Amino acid sequence: MKQQLNQIKADVVSALENISSKAELESFRVEFLGKKGRLTQVLRGMGGLSPEERPVVGQLANEVRSFIETEIERMGEKLEKELLEKRLVEERIDVTIPGTRKKLGKRHPITTVLDEIKDIFIGMGFQIAEGPEIEGEYYNFKALNMPEGHPARDVQDTFYITEDVVLRTQTSTVQARVMESQKPPIRIIAPGRVYRSDAVDATHSPLFHQIEGLVVDKGVTMADLKGTLEVFCKRLYGEDKKFRFRPHYFPFTEPSCELDISCPACNGKGCRVCKGEGWIELLGAGMVHPKVLEMSGIDSTIYSGFAFGIGLERTVMRRYEIDDLRLFFENNLKFLKQF
Amino acid sequence: MKLPLSWIQDYVDIEGITPREYQGALTMSGTMVEGILQQGENIQNVVTGKILKIEAHPDADKLVVCQVDVGDETVQIVTGAKNMKEGDFVPVAKDGAILPVGKIKKGKLRGVESCGMMCSEEELGLAEEGTCDGLMILPKDTPIGMDIRDYLGLNEKIAEFEITSNRPDCLSVIGLARETAVTLGKPFNFKKPAVTQSGGDVNDYISVEVLDSELCPRYCCRAVRNVKIGPSPAWLQKRLELSGIRAINNIVDITNYVMLEYGQPMHAFDRRDISSSKIVVRRAKDGEVLTTLDGIERKLSNKDLVIADGEKAIGLAGVMGGENSEIKEDTTDVIFESANFNGVSIRNTSKKLGIRTESSSRFEKGLDPNNAMAALDRACELVALLNAGEIVSGVIDVCAQMKPNREIPFNPDNINRILGISIDRDFMVETLTALEFKVEGDRVVVPSFRGDVEGEADLAEEVARMYGYNNIPSTLLKGETTMGGKNKKQMAEDLVKDTLVSLGLYEIMTYSFVSPKIYEKLNIPKPDYIEISNPLGEEHSIMRTTAVASALEALATNYNQRNDEAFLFELATTYHKGGEDALAIEKQEVVIAMYGDVDFYGIKGVVEQLLEAFGITYYDIVPETENPIFHPGQTAVMKLKNKPAVTVGRVHPLVQKNFGIVPDAYVAVLDFDILLECQRTDKKYKQLPKYPAITRDIAMVVSDEINVRQIEDVFRKTRSNILESYELFDVYKGKQVGEGLKSVAYSLSFRAADKTLTDDEVNTVMENIISELEKKLNAKLRL
Ligand SMILES: [Zn+2]
Repeated sequence: MKQQLNQIKADVVSALENISSKAELESFRVEFLGKKGRLTQVLRGMGGLSPEERPVVGQLANEVRSFIETEIERMGEKLEKELLEKRLVEERIDVTIPGTRKKLGKRHPITTVLDEIKDIFIGMGFQIAEGPEIEGEYYNFKALNMPEGHPARDVQDTFYITEDVVLRTQTSTVQARVMESQKPPIRIIAPGRVYRSDAVDATHSPLFHQIEGLVVDKGVTMADLKGTLEVFCKRLYGEDKKFRFRPHYFPFTEPSCELDISCPACNGKGCRVCKGEGWIELLGAGMVHPKVLEMSGIDSTIYSGFAFGIGLERTVMRRYEIDDLRLFFENNLKFLKQF
Repeated sequence: MKLPLSWIQDYVDIEGITPREYQGALTMSGTMVEGILQQGENIQNVVTGKILKIEAHPDADKLVVCQVDVGDETVQIVTGAKNMKEGDFVPVAKDGAILPVGKIKKGKLRGVESCGMMCSEEELGLAEEGTCDGLMILPKDTPIGMDIRDYLGLNEKIAEFEITSNRPDCLSVIGLARETAVTLGKPFNFKKPAVTQSGGDVNDYISVEVLDSELCPRYCCRAVRNVKIGPSPAWLQKRLELSGIRAINNIVDITNYVMLEYGQPMHAFDRRDISSSKIVVRRAKDGEVLTTLDGIERKLSNKDLVIADGEKAIGLAGVMGGENSEIKEDTTDVIFESANFNGVSIRNTSKKLGIRTESSSRFEKGLDPNNAMAALDRACELVALLNAGEIVSGVIDVCAQMKPNREIPFNPDNINRILGISIDRDFMVETLTALEFKVEGDRVVVPSFRGDVEGEADLAEEVARMYGYNNIPSTLLKGETTMGGKNKKQMAEDLVKDTLVSLGLYEIMTYSFVSPKIYEKLNIPKPDYIEISNPLGEEHSIMRTTAVASALEALATNYNQRNDEAFLFELATTYHKGGEDALAIEKQEVVIAMYGDVDFYGIKGVVEQLLEAFGITYYDIVPETENPIFHPGQTAVMKLKNKPAVTVGRVHPLVQKNFGIVPDAYVAVLDFDILLECQRTDKKYKQLPKYPAITRDIAMVVSDEINVRQIEDVFRKTRSNILESYELFDVYKGKQVGEGLKSVAYSLSFRAADKTLTDDEVNTVMENIISELEKKLNAKLRL
């Protein structure tokens, strides 16, 4: 029997060499270890052994069994590994083929830039205020120090609903509304649609967006106006940009100014983009006119403030180098998908 | 306003300041200089020359060879021009010269060397293209070899100023020179004009009656006799032309010259045409007619101010003179008018009649009545200078009570407080004095030409702009902190956009005003909308009450642009009559519009997910068959708080056709206000399930009339706390189920929070549901 067992062991070694699949390994297992397997058959003959021989043969049989089991396991692992490697090779794909994409929409570029501007001001403690687009003549003109017959009224070609009701020509209308309903300190921006009766072309639209800003508190100065707007412009346009404040006129601010940025196309040397000036106008601003404060019921001897107005379309056009205002309202996806 | 800087030079020395420096300095002190054009900038190395000899070209019939003396040498030039002869003086572009048309180089023309080019006016950029044939022939006394720019006086720098509407005083050489002087820290050399009177008495020539002193606070005039009408001298014509005004004759040119120089519009009448030698300043009669200088007959009303004589109107005050009294070649006696008119009245007349002149655009901003007399005197000074006539002695000045100059408090501390800086008092006094304010202790007297300066804030600006805005420090806001941020509505707006964008939709922006025709296109009755009284056109004439048409137009645009698919949305404002303050009710709606890879359930899914983002998971939903915009069989209305909040469906084929959209289009409109009202932000964590769920499938046959929502209502109404969820997994219509019927299958999931359910417990609920389905919907269970 010893001989038989040793023969089995030898056969196992030679049989293993020919195994190349899991199925073969399984029939190998059955051949040797199965209920009718060779090892089992040999062990069945154990009963005919002498008591002295039995433990010796038994031990040998166990050794052979565990040898076979170890070998099967080893072989199994080896086959597994080979199989995996083969599969990995088979599963190779062209990873340079473009990915499968989910449909994703986008915000309108005007909203995208507006969101950015809102975030900058919210970071400085500003709230977002709103006002009606169909507005009383009072808030659009009178409360902004443009009484009847004021020459500045002519500059803004106004759409009228009735004699006293207009489509607001500027978001500055929100100024008086906020001051009437809110006590200082006031820090707001008011973005929204405004209307001027300009025929549509590449640089004009009868409808566009402005962002009005208003700060009213005790001791607000022109230096604060400069500081606040510089922070805003640097955040939006980059720390490396140069700015200048230039005197200007608005009926509802005094002193008034416009803020220019050094021309990004020529770095201030003067070119076609900036009409040779080296500067591009960004926004208008000024200290809230004392009359405007008083009309809204705020004591101008105690409080002061500043206001500013930003043209949103022009800001977006500069950002993305868009050269035609009409594209914003055409809503062609070939345009909208670019941002 | 456009001016040659040499005119400013008459009043302040700006010699040696480069155009760029000038532009920068004035712009930063508040007088925007848009640009400075250097005349002759594009002409270089062009000199005067004399043609010594003209010979035929050996090889070309149409060319000649000229020897031209250009001062330091004699050059040979080949030309095709024909209008010159030997001994003529011409402009010569030498080798290497620059002309507006390009660079000139030595070369050979048909084998003969040519060392330059003789020029026409056109080639020098002095005449319009195609208006010259032949060379520019210069006078016989022309010096040879002189730079053509110097010879022709092409050395002017012309500045373009942008004057803000609060500074009509700067619509003049004097005003700009004053600003220039203060900005550059130079003296302002203004001389009062001197009038040489020739005797006689103006009152024998003209009398003036002002009937409406509110509209005409001041009317001054002088008479000029023995007038010789003729052209003005070249220097005066040139100044007018460089300033954009056409020269006409000496008298008219003088009035325009004074307007530019003093900013005071003037007018000259032919005295012969003033009947009874009497000027009456009055309101026009309703329907009165006047033919203005431009030959157009104007119909006036009593809101318009006219200059009249004893019988008729002879001028539209402050706007334009009348044709019936204009200066003619044989005019001998002239009445110069220099008056002050009410700005608002001029503005209204000019607007109503559609005439905007150099005169009206100045008057409408409000001019200084004090300037009228000085300007009148300046005109008379020029008459003498030009030898154009004799000034009759005396002046007529009909003047309402002149307002005293405004006085305002002057407190340097307040000015510094506004600016956030400490400028010393001396600088302020110096600046204000230079600007012709009078500082008297703690008060300032404002010059009469500065109607815009009303208070301390204005003084602060005067000081600040001369101090330099950029010298004011930049500081950050101090004081009480404010709570910044967005309110609930603003955050909800962001939520709409975030959600729809993440679902693959693109945000669009459309006009708020539309054509009233959209209602026909939408096939719905016209609502009571808000109209614009002065629209740009019918297309943009009413405020929209719905944004659906705009969205459909956007779909059409994309379809026409050959985009295969368009998933669009807009958070749009609509405008409705009414509202507390009689303005309008402005509402917001979310409009979703789609074509491409989408069907009804696709757009409904978008709507459901948007509602879900608002925490809204349950709502009533009913089919909508009556809305003409939508397909009657593929449209639903969702109700929130019993109000119709959403309409979603396929666009009616007729409406699609009206908008020119070919692929099936789907639209949803959500009332943003209701959405906001129903928004649930009180999200609470729910424990994750601990015990297993039991699922049961149920299939039934019901009438096709029954909506699955009715079946789901039955599930919901069993109110079993172990029915965790249900999911529709099949709807089938066909022969097997029979005509008018459909088979619907659901998968129901049961779970208890505190134990593992038994079959018996689930069966009890299932039986209950089944019997309800049978009872309420006449459903037949398929097992
Ligand atoms: Zn530039």
